[in-house]
Amino acid sequence: MNKKEKGFNKNFQLETPLAPKRTRLQEFWRLFRQNRLAILGLFIFILFFCCAIVGLFMTSGPDPLLDPAMIRLQEKLRPPLAKPNLDSLRREEIPYLGFYLMGTDDLGRDVFARMLQGAWVSLTVGFVAVGISVLIGIFMGGIAGYFGQHHIRVDHVLVTLVLISGAALVTANFIRSGAALLCLTPAYIFYFIWSQNRSGKKTLPLWAKVFRKNAVSIDTLIMRIVDIMLCFPSFFLILTVVALLPASIYNIMIVIGLTSWMGATRFVRAEFLSLREQDFVAAVKTLGAGNFRIIFRHMMPNAMAPVLVSATIGIATAILTEAGLSFLGFGVPPPHATWGNILSDGKNFIFDAPWLTFIPGIAILIVVLSFNLFGEGLRDVLNPKLRERH
Amino acid sequence: MESKSKDKQMILRVQNLKKYFPIRRGFFQKIAGWVKAVDDVSFEIEQGKTLGLVGESGCGKTTVARLILKLLEPDNGKIIFRGIDIGELTEKEMKPLRKKIQIVFQDPFGSLNPRMTTGLSIEEGLRILGIKRGKKRKERLEKLLKMVGMSPESADRYPHEFSGGQRQRICIARALSVDPSLVVCDEPISALDVSIQAQIINLLKDLQDRLGLSYLFISHDLNVVSYLCSTISVMYKGQIMESAPAEELFENPRHPYTLSLISAIPDPAPGLRRKIEILEPDLSDSLITSKGCRFQGRCPMEEPRCLEEEISFEKVGEKHFVRCWKAAKK
Repeated sequence: MNKKEKGFNKNFQLETPLAPKRTRLQEFWRLFRQNRLAILGLFIFILFFCCAIVGLFMTSGPDPLLDPAMIRLQEKLRPPLAKPNLDSLRREEIPYLGFYLMGTDDLGRDVFARMLQGAWVSLTVGFVAVGISVLIGIFMGGIAGYFGQHHIRVDHVLVTLVLISGAALVTANFIRSGAALLCLTPAYIFYFIWSQNRSGKKTLPLWAKVFRKNAVSIDTLIMRIVDIMLCFPSFFLILTVVALLPASIYNIMIVIGLTSWMGATRFVRAEFLSLREQDFVAAVKTLGAGNFRIIFRHMMPNAMAPVLVSATIGIATAILTEAGLSFLGFGVPPPHATWGNILSDGKNFIFDAPWLTFIPGIAILIVVLSFNLFGEGLRDVLNPKLRERH
Repeated sequence: MESKSKDKQMILRVQNLKKYFPIRRGFFQKIAGWVKAVDDVSFEIEQGKTLGLVGESGCGKTTVARLILKLLEPDNGKIIFRGIDIGELTEKEMKPLRKKIQIVFQDPFGSLNPRMTTGLSIEEGLRILGIKRGKKRKERLEKLLKMVGMSPESADRYPHEFSGGQRQRICIARALSVDPSLVVCDEPISALDVSIQAQIINLLKDLQDRLGLSYLFISHDLNVVSYLCSTISVMYKGQIMESAPAEELFENPRHPYTLSLISAIPDPAPGLRRKIEILEPDLSDSLITSKGCRFQGRCPMEEPRCLEEEISFEKVGEKHFVRCWKAAKK
């Protein structure tokens, strides 16, 4: 064997690729660097990120350096860069910087401190809400794309309906009838397992055959749910839900996340549908890989590019939505500052103190714009078809 | 008793394999007809030998490959691999057999995961089956790469850095990583340059000599197949039209379709002009609504009987079968 191997190797010159060695990340960075606007977007995004984190430490805790809630009625509506009147202030009321970088509002609170506090809110709302929506999107899209051709049978639907109505009856205090319905489903399942073991698949009675009929495919079911969710004007849906829930920043994040997963679902499904037919997936299947390995090791990394792009742009949308909710007074409860409610407070003094509306407004504009530019830069780099057009 | 010894000699026996795909139309997705992609296909592959499956595009060659690999479920017929009918096995029962049958695909660009280094791709099979760990796995990877003529340094490169021929070699290395006994080559060279085609064919031949592999070699190029295969089956519209040992097929072709295929091979000596049988283009959809011979409409020796009867696969010589009643009579 060994001898043969040596003779075998002699006939061949071992080949290495001629292209210079570059990882995908290096290649990505080389292309991304060419898009100046995207680099600008990335730069602002990093700046915003740092500001938000520094701001969190400077404005929170028992004795913050910059107290966004400190009220100085004698110093209200001071313009940006104004020096405080040191005679009328107590020592702890003097701003840390020695002047009001962004002025003060109608209660004499330091707008700079409030903007820093709001930046953290915007950042977390953006990331957590998009994180939730992307997770749901990947899950639903992955199922629709990979297992979509499987069917839900009539009895699946019936069992679910019976279970739900049973649970509803139990919660509505009709405990006996509800429990009876809840017991019905295990009985049904056991009956089927038992009858299948006894007689095989082919001799089911007629009524059972009707129950076993395919109702809808999983793909159809999930994609119609997506269509239905997209029918609602999402901002009003969020308004309704927020009106019912206690106002808190976490509820806002969850609600924004739960109403914006549809795009990611569609992207992931589309990617999975095309990846599933690719030869490398078939090759891995013939090597004996299970569904889990195929999905998470081979398909998911290849499906992430469009999701990443839509997530980046989604963060911008989530920040905007949160600002809009806070502006309308449905967002984060008042003592806590967010860019939306600074804007909302400032609108009454737009002629006397324009900085109260302009500063948060411009901050929102810049951050949202930078996320969008960054996202579009990402899309251009990750999608080779679009790249050639430049 | 006889069939058992035959099974041992034959690594793969396919009997009356059928796969029909439904054509769905309308709002309710009603089945409007069937595409008979593979219709009554039978062949055998001997241990250590190569069977060539030739036919034009769309004739069902790739479907046959996918059926053998159990990427598709057959509608009818048997696929007997070393005495076991794999058509009936469930996914779980199939798993230990998976590594014995491997595939090399046509498109070298789509058959490697773009986000994995080639080393990881090749090792994937070992990892799935739990074959060897750590250092031993690395050694095996190096050996596989050398076996297909690639340097061990290419293990930590990504597929986009390789040329088509190099990728195809990596695909071969991946297929060989799990010690298969049958490799299905689904047009492995038709996406490559001619000079590189020869390299890959020689590589496949060398590997066969060295490892005792059996191949099912699918191609649309009779010339290549004649060089590599011991037996050739000519497929047309889901059916095998003629099947014979390679030499016999070239010396004594019976079926009109085989005749025209052979006459279409470009001649290395252009001075000797032969008569080339040019077929009429196929405009019928007889893949869907078939009655009678599948070759009807293009056959130069068609008769009314051809349109009416199902044509059987008849023996005309030692291991030589043909699906044409006229050719069988001669």
